[in-house]
Amino acid sequence: MESLSGSSISSSQRDELMETVKQQIAVANAQELLTKMTEKCFKKCVSKPGSSLDSSEQKCVLMCMDRYMDSWNLVSKAYGDRIQRERNRN
Amino acid sequence: MSDLFSSSSDLPANLGNEAMEKELQEFLLVEREKAKLQAQIHEFADICWDKCVDKPGSKLDSRTETCMLNCVDRFIDVSLLITNRFAQMLQKNSNY
Repeated sequence: MESLSGSSISSSQRDELMETVKQQIAVANAQELLTKMTEKCFKKCVSKPGSSLDSSEQKCVLMCMDRYMDSWNLVSKAYGDRIQRERNRN
Repeated sequence: MSDLFSSSSDLPANLGNEAMEKELQEFLLVEREKAKLQAQIHEFADICWDKCVDKPGSKLDSRTETCMLNCVDRFIDVSLLITNRFAQMLQKNSNY
């Protein structure tokens, strides 16, 4: 973080910097989710790749996508709860 | 997914240079911690999806939900168990 010292930035530049960092993290996070979902739903729904993505495969993929996001939220909650419990224990 | 893309900043508009720098460093530390937590959640979702979900249906059934929740807790248990045991092994070895 040395690059920050010595230089002076205005508060609006600071806000801009923070906003950029947050956006980049959000984009990286969305990309990770997208990559995982694609991989998982391809595995679940396309067992034998045919000459096209047929309608039952498409339906499966769309459903899978929703379920993956449900799972993500569930896991996120479980992890948050656990962190909370560990904190209370110590 | 409400907290996935959330952003909030309610910081004072003007600070001295030193204070500003300190604040930025703190901001980056916090964001890094949040990013680490999210990376961990991605990993859990990956592992537990494979363990718990058979054929994705129109909703997650309660059995799958319970499996997901247990999966996260048991994974953490295993991680703690192995970490502690490994630490003990290292300590024993360093006694020789």
